[in-house]
Amino acid sequence: MLYRITHVTRYAYQTEVSVAHHLLHLRPREMSWQRVESFDLIVQPEPAVISRRIDYFGNHTHVLTIEGGHRQLEVVAGSRIRIQPPPRVEAGATPPWESVVEGCRQDGWSAAVEAAEFRFDSPFVRRNREVADYARTSFVAGRPLVVAVRELNARIFEDFQFDARATSVATPLEEVFEERRGVCQDFAHLMIACLRSLGLPARYVSGYLETVPPKGQARLVGADASHAWVSVWCPGVGWLDFDPTNNLEPAERHITVAWGRDFGDVSPIRGVLVGSGDHALTVSVDVEPLAHSEPDASAKSVSTQSQSQASW
Amino acid sequence: MATKGNALPGYHSIPGVHDELFGETDGFRPVWRELMGQLAAYSPSDLARHQEVARRMLREHGVTYNVYGSDESMERPWSLDLVPFCMDPVEWARLEQGLIQRMRLMDRLLGDLYGPQRLVRSGHLPAGLLHGSGAYLRPCHDLQPPGGRHLYLHAVDLARRPDGSWCVLADRTQAPSGAGYALENRIILSRVLPDEFRECGVSRLAGFFAGLRDGLRNAAVRPAGNPLVVLLTPGPFNETYFEHAYLARYLGFPLVEGGDLTVRDRRVYLKTLEGLLPVDVILRRVDDTYCDPLELRGDSFLGVAGLVDAARAGNVVVANALGAGLVESPALLPFLPQLSRELLGEELLLPAAASWWAGQERARRAAFAAPGRIVWKRSFGGAADPVFSEELGGEEWQEFLRNLEASPSDFVAQERIELSTTPVWTGEAWEPRPMVLRMFVAMEGPDTYRVMPGGLTRFSASPVSPVVSAQRGGGSKDTWVMAGGPVDTISLLRPGGQVIRLDRAPADVPSRIADNLYWLGRYIERLEHQVRLKRATFHRLGGETTHDGQAELMALVQMLVVLGQLPDRFGRDMDWEELGLALLAQVQQPHRPGSIREILNRLRFITAAVRDRLSNDTWRIFQRLQGDGQFTGGQATLEEVPGLLNTLVVDLAAFSGMELENMTRGHAWRFLDIGRRLERALNLVGLMRAALRTGPTDPAVLNPLLEVADSVMTYRRRYFEHVHLATTFDLLLADESNPRALAFQCETLQEHVEYLPRDRWARGEHPEERTLMQVSELIHSSDLTAMAARAGNGDIEDLDQLLERIADGFQSISDQLTQRYFSHAVVRSS
Repeated sequence: MLYRITHVTRYAYQTEVSVAHHLLHLRPREMSWQRVESFDLIVQPEPAVISRRIDYFGNHTHVLTIEGGHRQLEVVAGSRIRIQPPPRVEAGATPPWESVVEGCRQDGWSAAVEAAEFRFDSPFVRRNREVADYARTSFVAGRPLVVAVRELNARIFEDFQFDARATSVATPLEEVFEERRGVCQDFAHLMIACLRSLGLPARYVSGYLETVPPKGQARLVGADASHAWVSVWCPGVGWLDFDPTNNLEPAERHITVAWGRDFGDVSPIRGVLVGSGDHALTVSVDVEPLAHSEPDASAKSVSTQSQSQASW
Repeated sequence: MATKGNALPGYHSIPGVHDELFGETDGFRPVWRELMGQLAAYSPSDLARHQEVARRMLREHGVTYNVYGSDESMERPWSLDLVPFCMDPVEWARLEQGLIQRMRLMDRLLGDLYGPQRLVRSGHLPAGLLHGSGAYLRPCHDLQPPGGRHLYLHAVDLARRPDGSWCVLADRTQAPSGAGYALENRIILSRVLPDEFRECGVSRLAGFFAGLRDGLRNAAVRPAGNPLVVLLTPGPFNETYFEHAYLARYLGFPLVEGGDLTVRDRRVYLKTLEGLLPVDVILRRVDDTYCDPLELRGDSFLGVAGLVDAARAGNVVVANALGAGLVESPALLPFLPQLSRELLGEELLLPAAASWWAGQERARRAAFAAPGRIVWKRSFGGAADPVFSEELGGEEWQEFLRNLEASPSDFVAQERIELSTTPVWTGEAWEPRPMVLRMFVAMEGPDTYRVMPGGLTRFSASPVSPVVSAQRGGGSKDTWVMAGGPVDTISLLRPGGQVIRLDRAPADVPSRIADNLYWLGRYIERLEHQVRLKRATFHRLGGETTHDGQAELMALVQMLVVLGQLPDRFGRDMDWEELGLALLAQVQQPHRPGSIREILNRLRFITAAVRDRLSNDTWRIFQRLQGDGQFTGGQATLEEVPGLLNTLVVDLAAFSGMELENMTRGHAWRFLDIGRRLERALNLVGLMRAALRTGPTDPAVLNPLLEVADSVMTYRRRYFEHVHLATTFDLLLADESNPRALAFQCETLQEHVEYLPRDRWARGEHPEERTLMQVSELIHSSDLTAMAARAGNGDIEDLDQLLERIADGFQSISDQLTQRYFSHAVVRSS
């Protein structure tokens, strides 16, 4: 698949902002099955400084500094991405989940221990016993890891309702768990909490999902949004992606931008500014397929709404 | 021996516990003998008196420790026990070696964990200790600080075991506190017990602080010049804010908050009235995760956006380095002996309390099998209190075990040390209290370290409490290391209690400080005005009154009604008892806006925020002002209030004198005085307008007006006659020689504004200059005589309008200055 992705973020400030710093995670990652053919970033007003860096998790970041009074900011990130289906695994052949937990507890350094980075609490995801109990239904003794994770992925999809108005970035996981509703970010955090509470390494993936219009309707430009899903460590294989919002195992319609321990490590735009007053945010994402292959019709087209991406 | 026991009569050590004062036989330990011999000359009441002197000095110095979660009395006075903890020089020298080694070790450890992580890869340190730690700042990985140095100041909590040996309880590496309190304790105790201090040959602390200061200054990356080192504080609400201000002053570094700093082009700058000054080194007292809202905690208001990146670019030194909190974890303690061999090729000199990290199955089992009592701590911080297993009920203990099982890596078991005891005066008797000693190491230069020859000794609130914490009560002691040889006597304090300021131009005033000083000036003046107004009223309320006095009281009450300070009904009919109560409330009710007590509370916050800009004497005056303004706990009677108000007038005069005589005429002083002048003008215009509405020609109105405006004497000297409206208003409005007149305020403000920093590219005059010109014209070119005549005939409109326009003018100057200099809302040169 070849996609052209356009991610536009606009801020309108109530009062003039004199100095602003923004940290971006907008450039998609390179992976063996995902190639970034081009990427460009257009920012208005023009920043005094733009610096690029690969962060701790290997993601691409940009830091912008805008000096001088401004009342709005527009960030347009455009990329061309070529993507192939990632390698598949035979679920039943994966190791029992307990052995994965045990392997990660080893003190020595190995690939598994490197994955252990993602086994502990992070600012948005705290392990807890209730969540572990919820997860354990799927993690019966001796079950192969991927079989158990796949079931958990399906259960979250069934048990929780997508509701764009139910939560915000600040909604704690406990509340999402209690209310049984939220958005992709919440479901990803919840699934990560489930896995980590059992001792399994899990990370947060942010990216995009190509949405497919209902039969007979035209594709709407800009109606897409940022998306988030989960990656689980499987020894001998590596990281395997799961999308609990859609009960999918991401293939060539999920475009990976960045990963980290949780949303906080990879939020698309995070800003700190000098000025007073409120701001309004509009985000539009367009995932345009340039070379088509047969779409996977099982995805829900409504379910990729993300929330305000900026933390102030 | 027993004969000298009368220095601390009635003091007994606890059997089976190591007592610092008494040895196994019933005599004093040698290091205490000199001091005990000296103290034996005092009677118990002498000692009590000295303790009282120390307490008063602490209060006057404003030494406090803010206690979280207590609203009413947020500032708790620092508590200092009269008898210092005495330490043997040989014993200290042994600790010195161990502490220096420990700081070197921690520095190397941070270098590895934030760099190649060789220790984790090679299995010397479990990965969970790194990755499981909330103190591991991922954005700071691969951020190599200049010179590879992470630590500039390191603090270690030590306890003495029953066998007399010392062991480490905890390390403080991200923003260690306590060194400033240790210094303050020393300064006070050396004044309370000067002879004892001299005779005992106590090692001085100044060399340590000189080392710390030099180490920080020399760390600057920019070549040559005068490096700018700042002390970054979270602000006056932090628990140890007193110490931040005190250290900043002592070391000669500006005290700044996050909002004072800004990052431009990967460099850190201090925002000052004249523009941006590059900052070389930041001695921070802000915790790791709060230092940069862009890359660390996004919800932090205490940090500087872009600081991590500026440090990454190598343009600023953060001391201690960002992320240094990682090695504070008690979970590291069991690994340190091996790490010392690995990193330094040395055996670890200072042992720690036996500890087991529950993240390792083996260690967890060992902890449960260990003899003796165990305390459970959190591996990676968090607010949770330590858990003493034998103190938990069965159900609580089961709950704890479930949490441990769910996340073992979050817990550390530590042997519970039976702390040694030291004598403490409770106010009634000498009691043995468990103690912990915090010691400090500073990095003076590459591979040169200084250990403070002393430290902060803290004791617990009761003889049995195992927790020693300033948050939980308890107290502190000075720590005397008896010098083996001659005492080094350098001091960083300049003679005469003079305040150390940055030696550079007045330009170095941070905008926030200027803002606070401006409001300090305004509130001081507002307080003085209200005190005079209330005093004039109370004087006429009590005792025998003349006919004139009665009429003047009615006039004052009427004016207070116009000013909105008394309800309307008092203007119509007078209930004396009710009036008295209403006036008392206007003085001493803390929640009534504009009451004297309320203004004093506002002043308390502002003076705390500019603590480092005030001399010790000025600070003492403010402490006295706050004390005198307590109004007997808000219960003062009608009879008491006039006397108390008189005292406040005198306190305020003392402050004015101090300000006039002792403050350098820099920008800081100018903003203080601008605040004062503007407030004085606004108060006077308000009062004059109230007088105009009350009865413009009535001497019963004009006399109190002159009195409150402090212009009675001037009026009498000038006019030798009864008061008239025209002459009174001329004196208060247009007379430039009267320091109380509006014309005088206007002229002084014009002078101040002229000296303030100017925009290089702005053409013509600043808006505030234009406004002042307009006010000056209104004052001088109005025909006062004619207006007064019309007002005398009942037509006050012209005069009232004139005053209103003058008031508007002064008000807009306040807004214009605020925008230009404090909020930087006007786009200025950058």
